[in-house]
Amino acid sequence: MRAVKYVCLVAASAVVLVPLVAIVLTSLRTSREMADQSPLAAPADWFNLHNYVVAFTDGHMLRALGNTAFILFFSVLGTVVIGSMTAYAVDRFRFRFRRVVLAGFLVAALVPGVTTQVATYQIVNGLGAVDTRWAPILLYLGTDIVSITIFLQFVRSIPVALDEAARLDGAGSFTIYRRIILPLLRPAIATVVIIKGVAVYNDFYVPFLYLPDDSLGTISTSLFRFKGPYGAHWEVISAGAALVIIPSLLVFLALQRFIYSGLSAGATK
Amino acid sequence: MRPRWFTPWLYLLAPLALLVTFTYLPVLDMIGYSFTDWDGLSPTSDVVGLHNYTDLFTRPELFQVFTVSLFYLAGSAVQIAAALYFATVLSFRTRLRTLFKGILFFPYLINGVAVGFVFLYFFQPGGTLDTVLHQVGVGPRLWLGDPDLVNPSLAAVSVWRFMGLNMVLFIGAIQSIPPDLHEASALDGANRWQQFRHIIAPAIRPIIALSAILAISGSLSVFEIPFIMTGGANNSETFVIQTVKLAFTFDKTGLASAAAVVLLLIVLAVTWVQRRLFPDERVELT
Repeated sequence: MRAVKYVCLVAASAVVLVPLVAIVLTSLRTSREMADQSPLAAPADWFNLHNYVVAFTDGHMLRALGNTAFILFFSVLGTVVIGSMTAYAVDRFRFRFRRVVLAGFLVAALVPGVTTQVATYQIVNGLGAVDTRWAPILLYLGTDIVSITIFLQFVRSIPVALDEAARLDGAGSFTIYRRIILPLLRPAIATVVIIKGVAVYNDFYVPFLYLPDDSLGTISTSLFRFKGPYGAHWEVISAGAALVIIPSLLVFLALQRFIYSGLSAGATK
Repeated sequence: MRPRWFTPWLYLLAPLALLVTFTYLPVLDMIGYSFTDWDGLSPTSDVVGLHNYTDLFTRPELFQVFTVSLFYLAGSAVQIAAALYFATVLSFRTRLRTLFKGILFFPYLINGVAVGFVFLYFFQPGGTLDTVLHQVGVGPRLWLGDPDLVNPSLAAVSVWRFMGLNMVLFIGAIQSIPPDLHEASALDGANRWQQFRHIIAPAIRPIIALSAILAISGSLSVFEIPFIMTGGANNSETFVIQTVKLAFTFDKTGLASAAAVVLLLIVLAVTWVQRRLFPDERVELT
């Protein structure tokens, strides 16, 4: 029974790792080695970074990193501000149509973004945002119901007595939000930053549709377009793919525990 | 200082504006477009009634994308079963537990385009998979070129990519079970399978139900991986690839909108059925 367990674990790990190892090995080969070697053979020179240099420069990876960083920064910042404000307003105030507003966010969670893209495109186009980096930012902000739910859960767990004490001391609602609620929301903010960050860094659909201009390529779309000119040169394409995977790996190794707990917190809603 | 009536609305101004502009307005527009022959560009369009809908359901080449979803649905079933197994195993004492968990989860964090390229190389004729299978005497296959093999191959990539996410979510749920329950059942002589069957499975039922529902809507809205890897060639075209092509390549916005409305209705119906079957596991918002 225990042996079966380890056989399964090792087999599954091999299934995960073999395709990735093949890419890394290939990325270290010269184009001559490509012709006569099996995909899993070792490269002659383990430090042959030539393909990485080609992928980095010809794939415009620096520009792509810049574009992705810009979109990532504003999307994540905006998601935190908008999600926390919505949660604060809905949980701490009693007002007319409060339930309607809540239902509005809840029902929106049922509409998958991919289904409405045809019409959304016309709206973004009408706003003149297509082919600007604000288009993906607006879309990431406008459709993030998950983060609102995460914030709502956390705000609910903050005792109302704290607000009331501050209010007696003369604090206005914004002071309460900024000085009491936001600092106490730190764990929720970490969760949202991680979930949103991963989603934005890896998204392909939105930048592909809304940023057709080459100079606005993100990590995803730049890598996608890079394949065209290097169609058959797998050693260079592999290096490009490896380049894009490396930041994810580093972030994962550094933040492992937070990523696991963040995802669990996000999923139970 | 009591808050005035409009105070909450100040906080809700931006969120509600975004919600209406990017969710509700598109849904309404889309329903409107679906009854026209609009091409997405010209200032005029004609109302064609239900023509787009009858087109969708009577032209087999448009309808065939639904059968492709079935492959991804089958993949999801495999994915959830594997995730349940590994989550259970990794929730108990196992050597190198953190390492295994990390390896199995990592694909979820990889960029979709990179995943596409990794597997394009993996499935190449004479590529990694053929090389590995050659060791056990299986000959080379056209994994992406054979219309019978392409969808199972692509669905397998989905399983590879998302199994770890499901597993981590299940592990999170299993860890919230009080540990004395396991100890008590172990004292009573329950084996691992009995523990899974009578303690773990009932305790994490809500998250399994949630995964199932996400699997169904996910199977209907597959786009990235097949688009990057095959561009929808050889029978691998999914609903969203078709919709994107209709709308942005062939300028058939009306027909694409009708397709999107049908997809939305299916997803809503599935969600509704799930809410009826598991009424106590509703997402709590209020």
